[in-house]
Amino acid sequence: MKTFTVSVVTPDGPVYEETGAEMVSAKATSGELGILPGHVPLVAPLEINAIRVEKDNNTQILAVSGGFIEVRPEQVTILAQAAEMASDIDVDRAKAAKERAEKRLQGTKQDDIDFKRAELALNRAMNRINIKSR
Amino acid sequence: MASLRDIQTRINSTKKTKQITKAMEMVSAAKLNQAENNAKSFVTYMDKIQEVVSSIASGSTNSRHPMLQKRSVKKTGYLVITSDRGLAGPYNSNVLRHVYRTIQERHNSKDEYTVIVVGKVGLNFFKNRNMPVEDSIVGLADQPEFADIKAIASQAVQKFTDEVYDELYMYYNHFVSAIQQDLTEKKLLPLTDISGEKEATSTYEYEPSEEEILEGLLPQYAESLIYGALLDAKASEHASRMTAMKSATDNAEEIIGSLTLSYNRARQAAITQEITEIVGGAAALE
Repeated sequence: MKTFTVSVVTPDGPVYEETGAEMVSAKATSGELGILPGHVPLVAPLEINAIRVEKDNNTQILAVSGGFIEVRPEQVTILAQAAEMASDIDVDRAKAAKERAEKRLQGTKQDDIDFKRAELALNRAMNRINIKSR
Repeated sequence: MASLRDIQTRINSTKKTKQITKAMEMVSAAKLNQAENNAKSFVTYMDKIQEVVSSIASGSTNSRHPMLQKRSVKKTGYLVITSDRGLAGPYNSNVLRHVYRTIQERHNSKDEYTVIVVGKVGLNFFKNRNMPVEDSIVGLADQPEFADIKAIASQAVQKFTDEVYDELYMYYNHFVSAIQQDLTEKKLLPLTDISGEKEATSTYEYEPSEEEILEGLLPQYAESLIYGALLDAKASEHASRMTAMKSATDNAEEIIGSLTLSYNRARQAAITQEITEIVGGAAALE
């Protein structure tokens, strides 16, 4: 069976690097993407969501906070400003971030720039908590 | 001539200073090592993002994204990276002097420019001279993480989009080696020389469209440029501090040497005098 290399890189260094993966699924802004080896070169922006990598009947899950997926036939690279493996997620920190964001959302008006930022922060926190509790 | 005890005190205090500068030198050396590693792990990210950006930018010449567009300049932004603490030799003064001179040359009034500053030294410098400081960040960790500077980076980019300023320059010390750091001036925004640096290796399909990808990718690209510069500047800071502390330690050694010499001379003079007195006393008794 054909396989490919999957790597997740952030500004703080590579987070994940795995050869021999069989499938990657990610949520792009335009919808769910399932990528198999030999895919046409593709670039797509990602939602704040989970990335699933299938390898030897195992599924590994990573949390990514936005960013991009760059696909080539033998290589998939995910460029995100923050990403971590499910096992590395700090739940307490995520919960604290969630509470902070919720508080801020109540205090600001909807068209405020702070509102959008708080909303994004909330999304990121929720994403981490969801992935961890899965 | 100073008394024996005075000299001894000076030797002791210089020795203590030397201990401190020596320790600081070693701490900076360790931090420099770490900073170099950080910069290295960032390179993979930067290379990738550059590749994608340049392949999109070279593929579509008619993209109308505001961050790629030159517009008439009413206000210029300067992003200046300095350190929080001194004791780093010419590290801060190099950058600040250059920026100050450039601003004086280019602008007549304060409405024409604004400064975004990283580091306490720079912040005080611009505040003391009553220059407009748009934004600042102080108390940055020695090994900054991307999350630490994300706020200032995305604001710097946002303000360009909001037309607070129409171009953005970045000034910092580029790390060449442990003994050499070069002052660097970089035009950050608008992103004009994006496609020239590297030949695109493959053509991509874009999902949903090139424009929408640029919408998200370009700010991320500009932010990572800022982060890259910051890592570079941090490495230079540690290197510069290391060199400064090394020469301070060397100087202290030199001073201790010459003080020890004059201590010994004074001691011998005292002994000689004592002997002369004893001999003189004995001669008087005979």
